[in-house]
Parts: sequence; C-alpha cells; structure tokens
Amino acid sequence: MATSELFTLLDGERVTSLRASIDGDAVRITPDDLRDATGWALKPEGLCQGDVCIPVRDRAALADARGVDLAAFARALDRPLALDVAERVAALGTSATERSASLATLEAPDFSLPDLHGQLHTLSAHRGKKALLIVYASW
Amino acid sequence: MWQAIYEELGSHGFVPITVALDKDAEDARPYIERASPTHPSLIDTQHVVAELYHVVNVPTMIWIDEAGRIVRPHDSQFGTDTFTAFHGKHSAPYLDALRAWVREGKGALDPATVRSHQIQPTAETQLARAHRALAWWLHQRGVAEAAERHFLRAGELAPKDWTIRRGSMPIRGINPMGPEFFELAKQGVPLYPMEELPVEGGASRKS
Repeated sequence: MATSELFTLLDGERVTSLRASIDGDAVRITPDDLRDATGWALKPEGLCQGDVCIPVRDRAALADARGVDLAAFARALDRPLALDVAERVAALGTSATERSASLATLEAPDFSLPDLHGQLHTLSAHRGKKALLIVYASW
Repeated sequence: MWQAIYEELGSHGFVPITVALDKDAEDARPYIERASPTHPSLIDTQHVVAELYHVVNVPTMIWIDEAGRIVRPHDSQFGTDTFTAFHGKHSAPYLDALRAWVREGKGALDPATVRSHQIQPTAETQLARAHRALAWWLHQRGVAEAAERHFLRAGELAPKDWTIRRGSMPIRGINPMGPEFFELAKQGVPLYPMEELPVEGGASRKS
C-alpha cells in the first residue's frame, strides 16, 4: 500500500523537498517534481533536459499513473542513486561515464566555495593566471 | 607555506588555491589562520572538489594553466614535508618543478600524459559518492545512525578512497590518526593509486 510522504531529493548541491509515493523500496514522484528537482522532464520522446533527450527503453517501469520511479529514473540516466526509504531521502550522483568524459576534456571543472569568512570564491575568476589547486584536510 | 610560494611567484601570474575537505570550517581554521593567507583558502564540507576532480586522497595538487586546462593531474607529489617521515617523499623537487612551470613555462604535461594519469571513476566509486553525500546530509540533520549506515556503505563501495574512508572518521567520531587509520594502511589501501608522475625542470634550485 503506497503512502504519500514528504521526501528530500539531493542532486549535487540542489536540495528539493517534495511529496513522494512510497511503496516498499519504490519511491515515486510526480513528473513536475522530477523536473523541478533534477531539470529532467518526462516527454513522449523520453527524458529530456533542454535539447537533450534520452530514449527510455522500459517506459512502464519508469513511470505510470503513480508517478516516476526514482530508481528507474536513475537507471535510465545511468546515474547512481543512494536511497534511504526510512529517512525519506535520496541522493542522485554523477555517472562514471559522465565524470570520465568530463575529466578527459582536461578542462578544470569550475566551482565556488567559501573561505573562513563565508565569502565565495570561484575558480574561473582566476582564468588568465596559472593556478595550483591544493586539496588537503585536517584529518 | 603556500603564502610564501604566493609571495614568491604571485607576480608571475600565479595563484595557489587551497581547498580543505573538512567537516566544518573550524577544523581547517587553525591551519588557515597560522598561514595568514592572502590567496583563496577554501572549505569544502560537501566534497564538491573531491567529486569534480575525482580526488581520492589528500594532500594533492593539480596544475591549471591560464586557459583553465589541467596540465598536471593530482598525483602522489607533496608540497610540504609534514609527513615525509611517513611516506618518504620530499617536497623540494615538486616545488622546484612548480617554480619552473610558473616562471619558465616548463613541465606542463601533454594531454595524453595527463589523461593516462587520471584515476578513472567507476560505477562503484560514483555510487559511493552518492552515499557519502546522503550520509553528510543526514549527519548535518543529526540523524547519526542513518548517516553511519551510508558512510559505511560508501566505504565498502570505494575501499581505496581515503577522502571517503578516512575523511568520514572525524564526522563519525573516530580518530583519523587512531587504530582505524592504521587498519586501512594494513589492508594495503594505497596512499595514491597512480604511478608517480615525473618531476622535471627541478634543477634550478640553488644549493
């Protein structure tokens, strides 16, 4: 028996609260919520983001009247999904294929992070200089 | 440390950017305040950089040229001698290579070499990062028990990723210098999985 619950979907740095239909381990959300939370829209041609569409092999498994199945959505895009049904939260990751392709371009991925004072710094603001990115930790 | 390098090389069109993969700014604060840096010194609690650059251990360094291209991927070289006694590597050759790159444009690696030294993500390591992200979110909301499940799952999926396995220890209340750390070392988890990159152009150091 499916129940409608508050649910949180993490997609990179994007955090979305929505309502999900939960039935055992299956979590379904509405196509509108999917689009708002991930940028992917369910269309007749498949899952689409901007001009890019991914055909969906098993449409019945992806979506029905109850909504879009999160695990099937992740599978359709070849993206990892970490799911905690009990805590009503899931995290979508980046596929190995996409990350490998991004690394292979050798373009330094851009990011913005805060300093100790909370001020944000963006890597690409230093374009035109040689930059040494030093990743460390106190541990 | 990097402040001195910045003061030495900054006028040559160079900037060091440090990123601390720590659970909060307070963990990194003593390191940053001691250095009094004028270059960007950032805090990355969400492991954004670890994800984007597929960093699996720290410390590590990446060279990015004026056009924003990676000309030396992260590898097993070190910029300081803090742990030289432990891993047997010295920073001087690396820093000399850095100087030669900044001042003379020497030592940037060709694209094929950079690519061949990149650590490749797999379905398992990417799922591990998703579990780590989930664990971090749960931890921040005080749901410690569920967070622990996902930190452990992430570690199982990416057993060679120190940013996940050791980096989670302070969050999970485990001493990262304690027995659990030495257990990882005993399991043969390599400090860095790639072969060492050549250090060239490092002969300019005056003795």
